[in-house]
Amino acid sequence: MTNESLVTRPLPKRFITAAIRHPAVVPLGAVFLAVLVGAVIVAAAGLNPIAAYAAVLEGAFDPRSLDYTVSVWAFTCGMALAAAIPLRMGEFNLGGNGQLVLGGLAAVVVAQLSPLPGVLTALLALIAAALLAGAFGAISAPLATRFRIPIIISTLLLSPVAVAVVSFLVRYPLGQPGAAVAQTERLPDAGHLPSFAGLSYSNLGVLIIIAMMVAFAVVDRRTAVGFEIRVLGANRRFGTYGGVHVGRLTFGAMAAAGAAAGIVGAIIVMSPPYRLIDGALISPGYTFAGLAAALLAGGRPALLPVTAALFAVLQVGGASMERSADVPRQLSDVLQGVVIIVLALRTVLDARRTGRSG
Amino acid sequence: MQVFEWSFVAAVLLAATPVLYASLAGALSAQVGIFNIALEGQMLVGAFAAVVGSYYTGSAWAGVLIAVISTALFSVVLAVGSALWKADPIIIAIGTNLLALGVTGFLLRVLFDVSGTFAPRGLNGLDTMSFLRGVPILGEVFAGQTPLVPLAFVFIVAAGLWLKLTKTGLRLRGVGEHPEASATLGVGVARYQTWVTIAGGGLCGLAGAQLSLGNVSVFTENMTAGRGWIAVAAVMLVAGRPLWLPLACLGFGAAEAFGFRLQGLGAPQQLTDAAPYAITLLVLVATRIRRPRGIRRSA
Repeated sequence: MTNESLVTRPLPKRFITAAIRHPAVVPLGAVFLAVLVGAVIVAAAGLNPIAAYAAVLEGAFDPRSLDYTVSVWAFTCGMALAAAIPLRMGEFNLGGNGQLVLGGLAAVVVAQLSPLPGVLTALLALIAAALLAGAFGAISAPLATRFRIPIIISTLLLSPVAVAVVSFLVRYPLGQPGAAVAQTERLPDAGHLPSFAGLSYSNLGVLIIIAMMVAFAVVDRRTAVGFEIRVLGANRRFGTYGGVHVGRLTFGAMAAAGAAAGIVGAIIVMSPPYRLIDGALISPGYTFAGLAAALLAGGRPALLPVTAALFAVLQVGGASMERSADVPRQLSDVLQGVVIIVLALRTVLDARRTGRSG
Repeated sequence: MQVFEWSFVAAVLLAATPVLYASLAGALSAQVGIFNIALEGQMLVGAFAAVVGSYYTGSAWAGVLIAVISTALFSVVLAVGSALWKADPIIIAIGTNLLALGVTGFLLRVLFDVSGTFAPRGLNGLDTMSFLRGVPILGEVFAGQTPLVPLAFVFIVAAGLWLKLTKTGLRLRGVGEHPEASATLGVGVARYQTWVTIAGGGLCGLAGAQLSLGNVSVFTENMTAGRGWIAVAAVMLVAGRPLWLPLACLGFGAAEAFGFRLQGLGAPQQLTDAAPYAITLLVLVATRIRRPRGIRRSA
C-alpha cells in the first residue's frame, strides 16, 4: 500500500517521503536538535555557542588527549551495552552505577588476594567482577517476573545501596590507611591490565570492551536467544504466546547487562592509578552517557559505537569547553537529556507506525 | 525522654514532606494512567527555582511561587509528550531527569558562578511556624517546620477525597482505569492526562521548595539525591491511592531520620544513606508477596 502511494506521487515528494522514513533520520535529527537547543541555551547565557562547540571538538580530538578520548569512548560503550541489552527486550537498566562499582570492588579484592601469576590474576579479577555485578544486575529479574516490580524501579533502588556499601568498604575495611582520599591500596602488578606502548589511558581494556560489543552483536543477530529478546522487545504478549521464557530471558539479559557494567568497573580500577577511589567510577557519568547512547542507537549493536562516540566526545570536550570557552560542562548533561527527549517525541514524526505494546 | 520522641516525630515529618508532595504528583499521574518517573528531575528544578526566586525577590514565598510555576512549565514536556503525542513517558522522563540535572548545574554556574553548593548570605528561607511554640504536642512537632509540612497532608487528604467523592475525581480515575470507555463517555482523556501531569509538576515544585528553602536555605547540585525515586516507589506501594501515601512516606521519613540518629551514634554515613532505598525495596517486595494470598482469601 505504501508502495502504491509512492508510485502515484510526484517524484520529488517521493524522495522526501523516503528520506524522512530513513532509519538514520530520527537519531540524526535528535542530535541536530539537541545541538541547536544547546546553542540557544549557551547564547541565552551570554556565551558564544560556536566557540563552545569548537572547544568541545578541539578538546576531544586534540592529539595529546585522543588516547584519553578513546578510553572514555570504550567505557561509554561498555555502559551502553549495560543499557542496550535489556533495552532490546524493552526494559530499562538504570542501575549501572551500582553494577559498575561492584565490578570495581570485586576486581580490587581478587587482584589483591590472588596468588596466581600476572595474566591469570587479571583474568580472574575480570571474571569476578562480571560474576558479582552480573549477579547484582540479575536480582532485578525475579523482582520483575515474580513480584511485578518494574526493572527500572528495582535497578534504581538497588544501585544506591551498592554504591553506598562500596563507598563504605573503600573508606574503612579496604581503605588505604592515612590516605587523603578514600581509596584502596595500589593493586599489585599482577592486577594491572597491560597497556599499549606510548599510551597512558587506553590499554587492553579497550579491546576487551570491543570484544564484548562484538559478542553482543553476534548474539543479537545470529542466535535464537538474541531473536527471542528482540521479539519480547517488539511485542511482549506475542513473545509469551510464542513460547519465549520471559523469566529466564530477563534473568540472562540483566545478568549480562550487570556483567558488562562490572567489567567496565574492573577495567577502570585495573588501569592507572590502579586503585578503587571512592566516587571515581561514577562521577564521570559513564552510566547515563551509556544509557543515552543506547537509547539513541535504539539498542542496535552496530550503532552503539557511533552513538557512544558522540557522548564520549561531548564528555571529554565538555571539560575543555569549560576551560577555554568558559561554558559550564553541565551542557553535556543538557544535551544528553535533550537528545533523549527528542527521541521519545519522535512519535510525532512516525505517528503512522504502530506503537509498542504495553 | 518525651522531648526526644517528639523531636524524632518532627525529624520524620521533615524528611517525609518533599517525598509526600512528589508522591502525590506520582499518584495522580498513576490515576490517569501515566507512569510518572520524572519526579526526581522536577523536584530538582523546583528546588533550584525556589532558591533563585527567593534570592532575586528577597521573599521566600515568592520563591515557592516561582518554583511551582517553573516546575509546572518544566513538566509540560512530559505532559504534552505523553498525553497528546503518545510518546513513551518513561523515555521522556529519563530525558527530563538528565535535563534537570544539567540545566540546574549549568545555570548555577552561569547565574551565580558557583558549582556544587549555593548558599549566599541573606538567602531567605521559609519561616517556621514558631507561633506554635509552647503549645504542648503540636509545638514540639510543628514549631520548627514550615507551613508546607502540614499543607502536604491537607493536599493529600483533599486529593484523596476529591478522587473519591467528586464527579471530576471519578472521571479522572476512569481515564486511568479504562481510557477507551472514558473517551466513549465523552471524557477528554488526553486533556485530563495533560493537566494532571502539569499539576503534578506544580506539586514537585512545592517538594523542591521545601527541600531547598525549608530546613536549610541552600541549593546543592543533585540535592534531591534519589527522593524522587523513593516517591515513585511509594506510589507503587500504595497503588496510586493518595490517602495511603502518608503511611509509605512517613515510613521513608522514619528510615531517614533514624539513619541520622544512628549516624549521631557513630554509624557510618554510607550505610545509613543506603538504608531508605533498601527498606523501600524490601517493603515493596513484602507487599507484593502478600497480594496473591489476599486474592485467594477473597475469592
